[in-house]
Amino acid sequence: MNLKQVGSAQIAALVQGDKVHKDLYLSEELFAIEQRELFGSTWSFLGHASQIAESGDFFTVDVAGQSLIVLRDDKGEIRALHNRCAHKGAQLLTTESGRLSGRFLRCPYHAWSYRLDGALAAYPLRSGYENTGLLACESGRGLSPVAALHVYRDFIFARLNAGGPTFHEYFGDVLPTIDLMVDRSPVGRLEIAGGVLRNVVHCNWKLYLENVNDSVHPVSTHESAVRAAQAVARDRGAEPMPLAFEQILPFGERYEFFEGMGGKVFPNGHSISGTRFSVHSGYGNLGEYVKDLQAAHGEERAKQVLEQAPQNTVLYPCLAIKGSPQTIRVIRPIAVDKTVIEAWNFRTVGGPDLLLDRALTYSRLVFSPMSVVAHDDLHLFESQQKGLRSGPNPWVSLHRDHVPGESDQQTVETSGTSELLMRNQYRAWAKFMTLNMKDA
Amino acid sequence: MSVPECVELIYREAFLLDEGRYEEWLQLFSPGGRYWVPLSRSQGERDARLSIADEDMDLLRLRVERLASGRAHSQQPASVMQHVLQQPMLGEESTDTRVFRTAFTYSECRQDEVVVLHGHYVHRLVRLDGQWRIELKRVNLLNAASRLPMIQLFP
Repeated sequence: MNLKQVGSAQIAALVQGDKVHKDLYLSEELFAIEQRELFGSTWSFLGHASQIAESGDFFTVDVAGQSLIVLRDDKGEIRALHNRCAHKGAQLLTTESGRLSGRFLRCPYHAWSYRLDGALAAYPLRSGYENTGLLACESGRGLSPVAALHVYRDFIFARLNAGGPTFHEYFGDVLPTIDLMVDRSPVGRLEIAGGVLRNVVHCNWKLYLENVNDSVHPVSTHESAVRAAQAVARDRGAEPMPLAFEQILPFGERYEFFEGMGGKVFPNGHSISGTRFSVHSGYGNLGEYVKDLQAAHGEERAKQVLEQAPQNTVLYPCLAIKGSPQTIRVIRPIAVDKTVIEAWNFRTVGGPDLLLDRALTYSRLVFSPMSVVAHDDLHLFESQQKGLRSGPNPWVSLHRDHVPGESDQQTVETSGTSELLMRNQYRAWAKFMTLNMKDA
Repeated sequence: MSVPECVELIYREAFLLDEGRYEEWLQLFSPGGRYWVPLSRSQGERDARLSIADEDMDLLRLRVERLASGRAHSQQPASVMQHVLQQPMLGEESTDTRVFRTAFTYSECRQDEVVVLHGHYVHRLVRLDGQWRIELKRVNLLNAASRLPMIQLFP
């Protein structure tokens, strides 16, 4: 399609009630609009406050092609600034993380210096700027902060464009999923631990994101990994099952299991798979920690926190959470056919080491570039990216369990295998792609 | 057994992988053997940190079973690999343990795509009933912290 004159009506027509057009995954023009509109108007996860525990700590992150600095300033406030010198555009910081040596950010190119709130503090040959337009120009205002920043229980989110919903309007009733994970700590605090796994996948980011709450694929996609695990487990006989096998074997559950585990969708593309139970429900052996949690949160909340272990929660468009085993995936689109996936893990402050071990083991087994589970997933996403180009059929089918008029109701409980979990993502896609377009 | 025979074991390990002779390859490990690809060179053997791979003999068997099954979608077409090793250097040694460091390049090819990795191995060999076996193969990748594509076989 020619998207040179693309407008909101054309974009809306690509997302039908029960199917989406292949251009969503293939069109470079749509990708450019996504970067600007979809990722501009929605809330993206930047990182976790524990990565910048002290004043002067920073990390850098690329979101929708924009380079950002996230730092803790001298008053302890978290800030997110565009990593672009106001003078000529050099990045202020080029390392992944670290601690600033003073209370200023100084550009290495021409020594323009900024306070940690981004304000321009000093620049050489100042008299040369007298009677010029610098201070009236954007360049005189220093480093640009992101349009909106919100820290929710140490999870740092930003909206890049000025126009768009507030944080609570946007996430609404899906936020308790973060509470469930954070409350696994008796003191209500998590810390990023153990490093990060980074994968590059040659597919559109939406193919990956769709799969996060696709509970129908494990039976066929992961057959080879599951059968191999079953064969090794059989040979072990009566020996107790190691953690790794406890985590891989449930991928072999049948369709009925995944259907029965339940799903739920929320406004703005968010969803949960495994509202009743999931492949993560069987993790036990927590000992004394259960009592600590009951003492901290009360018996009822402790029970809820330990028993609710959804397969995945998607905080659209770039964050997927596994409350148990305390692992998150961050999805960063790089190009229309290139996506980076990061897997981060949490230590539960005041909780047992076993919880971090589970997170690290799970991430390694399932989200590593060497994961035998992920290999079959990633192979299929890359294969979709190639296959979709072929033939006269322009549609990706999302018909499973579709009910006419379903989009009138925004928060819906459904089965674990309903494609409503994906249709809901695409309704949000169309909404935020066109939110700030005037030509409706 | 002399040092040259330990060096021979390290070369043989790479050769058996390149030939896809996985069952024979597994026999080179001790029963408590470990194949480990850490995220950083400074990572300690028992640190609570992520690894790209960290396999005991059960997990290695799982990989080998899957590759041999013919059912792995991501192996349609199958990958092949080539290790190029520099001369192994002897480090620590005691009566029944020897540690070697070996620089390598590794190429893994599937149809039109090639993944090339560089780094060095640390092999810790132990003598069991007069036979030297691999107790640890540590793979220190040069770019372990980078965004990596699928690595499907055994660097």
